Amino acid sequence: MSAGTVADHLYRRRRLANQLALTLATAATLFGVFWLIWILWTALSFGIGAMKWDLFTQMTPPPGSDGGLLNAFAGSLIMCLGAILIGTPIGIAAGTYLAEFTGRSRLGETIRFFNDILLSAPSIVLGLFIYELVVHQVGHFSAIAGALALALIVLPVVVRTTDEMLKLVPGQMREAALSLGVPQWKVTMQVLFRSALPGIVTGVLLALARISGETAPLLFTALNNQYWTTDLNAPMASIPVVIFQYAMSPYESWQQLAWAGAFVVTIFVLLLSLVSRAILLRNKVRND
Amino acid sequence: MSVNTGTTAGEPLMRPMSAETRRAHRDAFSDRIFRRTVAAAGLFVLLVLGGAAFSMLWGGRDAFLTFGPEFLWSTEWDAVNHRFGALVPIYGTIVTALIAMIIAVPVSFGIAVYLTEVAPTWLRTPVGAAIELLAGIPSIIYGMWGLFVFVPFMGEYISPWLNDNIGEWPILGPLFRGPPLGMGMLTAGIVLAVMVIPFISSVMREVFLTVPTRLKESAYALGSTTTEVVWDVVLPYTRSAVIGGIFLGLGRALGETMAVTFVLGNAHRLSASLLEPGNSIAATIANEFTEADSDIYLSSLIALGFLLFVVTFIVLAIAKLMLSRLNRQEFAK
Repeated sequence: MSAGTVADHLYRRRRLANQLALTLATAATLFGVFWLIWILWTALSFGIGAMKWDLFTQMTPPPGSDGGLLNAFAGSLIMCLGAILIGTPIGIAAGTYLAEFTGRSRLGETIRFFNDILLSAPSIVLGLFIYELVVHQVGHFSAIAGALALALIVLPVVVRTTDEMLKLVPGQMREAALSLGVPQWKVTMQVLFRSALPGIVTGVLLALARISGETAPLLFTALNNQYWTTDLNAPMASIPVVIFQYAMSPYESWQQLAWAGAFVVTIFVLLLSLVSRAILLRNKVRND
Repeated sequence: MSVNTGTTAGEPLMRPMSAETRRAHRDAFSDRIFRRTVAAAGLFVLLVLGGAAFSMLWGGRDAFLTFGPEFLWSTEWDAVNHRFGALVPIYGTIVTALIAMIIAVPVSFGIAVYLTEVAPTWLRTPVGAAIELLAGIPSIIYGMWGLFVFVPFMGEYISPWLNDNIGEWPILGPLFRGPPLGMGMLTAGIVLAVMVIPFISSVMREVFLTVPTRLKESAYALGSTTTEVVWDVVLPYTRSAVIGGIFLGLGRALGETMAVTFVLGNAHRLSASLLEPGNSIAATIANEFTEADSDIYLSSLIALGFLLFVVTFIVLAIAKLMLSRLNRQEFAK
């Protein structure tokens, strides 16, 4: 009898410990989701209140008065586009090198290792790098420097997705094309890229999502500009930097504009992530 | 091709061969160009990282040469007399990142366990996707939420409560004694924790999913509870990758700029209390870079950037090595 009660006791204790642990895991999830919902809700509710049509038609105002964010939107658009245009080709080329030419060789693994570190490196450090390399040499802040700093953030994302997506392309495709006598560059450009395209596009979209809210590297490169400009050689406003400046200010109207900008950036980033996920998912379904 | 050479076998082989060899030469040439272009792009990645390290060392050389090793442990930050030391920002960076990890690691572990073992199957994908989506929200949004919503909340409720209840404790007390400003190390640490939870939990979830179902089901068949399976099968199998994920989150927390700049209070003062305003390396650079009015000031800020780069590089390298250990293990199977 006593053996039975000892066993019962043991079972009960294990079951209790299990239930306690699983409850804690569930609580942890609720805890994590709670904060994230709180933050999203804050951004959306404050942001919707601050949304108005002037946002897209007027320039950033001087302290204390009303205005819009038109020049900041334009600046963000220009610099993000520039960053994508610079970062994507280099990233795709480097990713191709990793997937098609190095395999698991030591050089390939080294580049992958440093690329992954670049992927998680603090963006502020990349901003300082471009400051030293460009701004310090030229002598003034410029939109070009801003785009370059953002391109350094785009680069590792594209390298990694290109590398991974090319590796997913079945080897038979390469062999079939090569056996027809097609040179390797044509095989890569016309067969492999076509097959890996949805994945690479996803990578570029994710990179765009990442740089559209990036603030720190722009502080030392593109700086800010209160006025409309399309001169790439001059300081340029961007949404994140304007948000930073206006949110820290004591003026009510500036803070409202900062919330509006934050709202637009949040919605844009969430949409981009959803779209890129949809592309990946559709591609997966088609391949299966 | 072979048919072609067959019919021309009797003729002098020159003409058709030359057309073919010319084409082969052209293909080989363009292949070589192609190979060199992509190889250059690959090496460019190495160059960027090396260039970043070197350029910051170069930009910070004034500070390193002027202050010597004392730069690392001096608490002075005096723009008027041009005396700069990095201890306060270094301390702030480490303390805020530590607070973030103390909160984020257990929570992320809980989330990963919930998403792989506990939650009903239909719930796993949407909740996992939601958490990954939230990892993509720009840090400046976290910063604004911190400044406008969380700082007042801390100042109103949490800080006074900590001050009254824990402030008198013998050892931990001094950490939680201070004015109810809302801004400070603790607030920054909590905001950082919220930021890195999605990162760490999605890495952990992914590595937990690599555990072969065979292993887990064997343990269940022997009568293990879910907790025992996680603790005795899943964790030992993925230990190095879990540590890698934690270091990945630590790297993020150390280098995060905007989220902490808003809530840290930008005070160059070393204080024991976590409720007092402080500073971190990234926040100092972001706040003061455009105001730096002397070369040595600017150089000190870039030198801070170099220190941050070195520390995050080490942390991320460890993370990467730990994560790749699991891959290799899987590869060897």
